[in-house]
Amino acid sequence: MINFQYVRTSVVKTALGLIGKDPKASFIAGGTNLIDLMKRGVTAPDKLIDINYLPLKKIEEIDHVLHVGALASNSELAENMIVKDKFPLLMLALQAGASAQLRNMATVGGNMMQRTRCAYFYDTTMPCNKRAPGSGCGAIGGYNRMHAIFGASEACIAVHPSDMCVALVALDAKVVIAHTKGERKINFIDFHRLAGNTPEKDNNLQKGELIVRLEIPLNNLNKNFHYLKVRDRSSYAFALVSVAAALDIQNNIIHTARLAMGGVAHKPWRLIAAENFLKGKNPTVANFEEAAKIAMNGAKGFGENDFKLKMAPNSIIEALTVAKAKS
Amino acid sequence: MEFFVDENDRVDGIAKVTGKAKFFAEYEVPGLTYGVLVTSTVTKGKITAIDSKAASNAPGVLAVVSHLNKPSVAGYEQEGGSPMKIFYTDQIFYNGQPLAIVVADTFERATYAATLVQVSYAKEDFNTDFEKSISDSTVKKLQGQTPYKRGIEDAYKTAEVQLEQKYHLPVETHNPMELHGIIADWRPNDQVTVYAKTQGVKATQNTIANVFKIPVDKVQVNSEFVGGAFGMALRTWPLEIATIIASKHLAKPVKLVITRDQMFTMVGNRPASYQKIGIGATKDGKLTGITHTAFGQSATYENFTEGVVNMSKFMYQCENVNTNYYVIPLDMGVPIWMRGPGEATGAFALESAIDEMAHALDMDPLEFRIKNDPEIDQVQKRPFSSKYIKEAYKLGADKIGWNERKNKPGSIVDGAWQIGYGVSVGVFGAGRGRATVKGILKADGSLVLQSAASDIGPGTGTGMTLIASKLMNIPVGKITFELGDSSLPPAPSQGGSATLSTVGSAVNDVCVALKATIVELAANANMDATANFVDVLKKNNLAMIEKTIQSSQNNPEAKNYSMYSFSIHFVQVRVHQLTGVVKVSKIVSVGDAGTIVSPKTARSQMVGGAVGGIGMALTEEALLDHRYGRYINNNFADYHVPVHADVPEIDVIFINKPDLIVNPMGAKGMGEIALIGFSAAVANAVFNATGKRIRTLPITPDKVLEA
Ligand SMILES: Cc1cc2nc3c(=O)[nH]c(=O)nc-3n(C[C@H](O)[C@H](O)[C@H](O)COP(=O)(O)OP(=O)(O)OC[C@H]3O[C@@H](n4cnc5c(N)ncnc54)[C@H](O)[C@@H]3O)c2cc1C
Repeated sequence: MINFQYVRTSVVKTALGLIGKDPKASFIAGGTNLIDLMKRGVTAPDKLIDINYLPLKKIEEIDHVLHVGALASNSELAENMIVKDKFPLLMLALQAGASAQLRNMATVGGNMMQRTRCAYFYDTTMPCNKRAPGSGCGAIGGYNRMHAIFGASEACIAVHPSDMCVALVALDAKVVIAHTKGERKINFIDFHRLAGNTPEKDNNLQKGELIVRLEIPLNNLNKNFHYLKVRDRSSYAFALVSVAAALDIQNNIIHTARLAMGGVAHKPWRLIAAENFLKGKNPTVANFEEAAKIAMNGAKGFGENDFKLKMAPNSIIEALTVAKAKS
Repeated sequence: MEFFVDENDRVDGIAKVTGKAKFFAEYEVPGLTYGVLVTSTVTKGKITAIDSKAASNAPGVLAVVSHLNKPSVAGYEQEGGSPMKIFYTDQIFYNGQPLAIVVADTFERATYAATLVQVSYAKEDFNTDFEKSISDSTVKKLQGQTPYKRGIEDAYKTAEVQLEQKYHLPVETHNPMELHGIIADWRPNDQVTVYAKTQGVKATQNTIANVFKIPVDKVQVNSEFVGGAFGMALRTWPLEIATIIASKHLAKPVKLVITRDQMFTMVGNRPASYQKIGIGATKDGKLTGITHTAFGQSATYENFTEGVVNMSKFMYQCENVNTNYYVIPLDMGVPIWMRGPGEATGAFALESAIDEMAHALDMDPLEFRIKNDPEIDQVQKRPFSSKYIKEAYKLGADKIGWNERKNKPGSIVDGAWQIGYGVSVGVFGAGRGRATVKGILKADGSLVLQSAASDIGPGTGTGMTLIASKLMNIPVGKITFELGDSSLPPAPSQGGSATLSTVGSAVNDVCVALKATIVELAANANMDATANFVDVLKKNNLAMIEKTIQSSQNNPEAKNYSMYSFSIHFVQVRVHQLTGVVKVSKIVSVGDAGTIVSPKTARSQMVGGAVGGIGMALTEEALLDHRYGRYINNNFADYHVPVHADVPEIDVIFINKPDLIVNPMGAKGMGEIALIGFSAAVANAVFNATGKRIRTLPITPDKVLEA
């Protein structure tokens, strides 16, 4: 059998010490992604460090910033009163993910770290540069209906599958990361990476680091917001395209716009240019259409996912329209 | 905990919800060992070597069995090549084919050791691409059914209004919750007992006896509870024979439960299909010609055909009809009937085309169907034993609010959503086979009925119990129906919607015979003919009486009639204009299936058919990468069956009028009609909502958007 050690600790420092010592060790949180990958033979850690007992589950507001522990479950976060009240966009995105059972187990950190659902990544008999660097990309020229239209590389056209992360990137969250020497804080938008020539790297977390919490600044985006997830069935399916949209509208003028898409890139895809276009404009369908057009700059299909070139802008328009109609 | 049951509830409902019901994999057999299959990672070619050293040396491993070292299998030496002989040669017919079985003392150890088996291959070119093969003249096409012709061939081509269209269905998989597998216990005296997942314990018994050339009575098959099958357990699969071979080899009981991804390659599927339909009609809406040509996917090593074009021959009044059906052998696992089988495939094409014609004629599609409703079966030139389809149209139309529908597509809009209505018909033969039932009537007031029938979920025991209860006037709680055991009196497999008709008729006959005996016994004891059977038995000093009766296959009158069950499905859909998402928002399914013997389980059948129909219409598609010949969405996250949120409330209406030509209960089968036609109703509704005609299932958002 492929044996592995299992250790657990309730002390962050100990967890960091353990992971630092063993390059083939892995943290395990809810296990909803990692265990599947182990069963399919995609990954084979020699040690699992169970982090569920670390004191990282708190969700609290401190000085106008929401602090979310990395081990808060997806369902706890979605049901939290502060989130419901002040970050309803995040609530919607969480609720659109997976199934109730999975959300009960899935953690914030695990959700950020979940790996792509590309079929070629999962089937170890197929080529995949993300799983086996240098083996090629099965999805290019293969089945790529679910794949990226933005920022793809010749090595990899996979997408990051998370819903939660799409809302978080739109909400200007920050990620607090612990390592043996202390903590560092990076912007959420800089956490995940594009595939480039190193598709094996999903994000900028370094070996030996632990995500400890998210910090999300308070905002005025809790009135006009929408998370639209377009998928093949009404629940329990990954996004073909998803859109997180939030508007701060005052006197019929958009003061702030936040837009991000899921299912379209190797990372949650923030649409800054479209946001900038909307700023100062009236929330009209014509402006939404123009923003969608701007958002699609540089988009490219790979055959089976060409439909996203139409579905994505349509979904942006729809998400903005619903967001606007909320007040 | 207390349960509140009424006489129409499933007789095994409590056993199922309390975990008392035992499914094949749950049997505890002393000394049980565990098998895991090693499968081909290439699609076609030969095995050049199997290195099982590392696997054999792994902890707990008892054997690695393949074609290289399998014990003698007597049946292999005689017959031809079909069905596939597992572990027989070095030939590889498809990707995922079982090549070896690793047996160990635990499932985990067997699973690990299976990863250590190294197979070397000599690869050959292969073809799994059905869609490409249709137009590729170098790819072989086999006649799947004798061509049919009535009147003038291709008469639609000279009709006043003509239409010619093409329809595509993908591979669908049955994928019931319960995984397939078997426990096999081969004994040194060449007797074998299996705990199987099968739709027919007698069929499984016969197959095993045949393959190993042992007497049928040396094979005991147990399959009391089955966790869904939808047709996939209508035959014995190579993986089952593989497990028996391993058990024989080791002289130990072996359990095999395959994995979810293996459910895509080892236990069949609904074949991919391509259909061309030509329809002609007069301007005032009378059909003048139907031509239906179909192609279905099959395998190179075994052939599979089904009734794709059947319905087109008789569903509508039309003097000129011709059909043709071909299969294309591909390097894939062989298909098997999946609920509604070929008829469901054919109904998607025919009922879409009928809707298209109604639209071309600017007629209400319901009115168009009624106008072309045949008086008799034009194929057999005889009347239908019963057919209340016009009544069914009316009931369903009223219930869904058909009068809200506008004939012009795209007329009803609610915000970003377009709303449309669709209708479609389903039909399936109301067959009846031959079965034997033993009835034991006891002086304690109870009745035991026995037959080697199966229950893959529809509620066989419940239906049989209700039939007997009514005839014998014995409360349901006092009746036991025993099934799923090959040593019981024979019954055919559960398929083709025929179990209630077939086994129910035998139950009927046994009950009639038991009653007659009671009347005789009453006379002997000078009792009144209406005396209670308990008193009669007691007076005669009898603890019980037994009768075993084989039902006749037919009512003598049956040859003068065509016997079919019918269904009409009405749906309302909402289609999002910007995202292309389709939601089924209302369903009314009307069943013309004779007397409804068991109201709750009958309703469940219709509900299940509608849910399966939503899957077929909107979500289900097993995808292969033809460069590798491998399935790429072979799990429940990526192969989408409908979830609760996809299913609206479902209204089920039954005509509930007896058809006494078919059987003494007056009941026609309904498992298939619950699904047949449903997908076309959805496609027709999508067209009515949007003006977009989607002829390739499933109707996913991208297709709607791009249409
Ligand atoms: C069938 C299915 C459907 C799904 N559908 C969706 C969907 O629609 N939308 C969606 O967004 N998601 C979906 N998911 C994915 C789900 O959200 C993730 O599996 C889940 O969020 C992972 O969290 P976890 O705690 O279980 O992570 P684990 O499986 O425990 O860990 C995943 C990875 O994260 C690492 N990790 C965990 N915590 C930390 C930390 N604090 N610091 C550093 N590394 C860490 C682990 O080492 C591991 O590598 C689906 C999953 C499944 C199985």
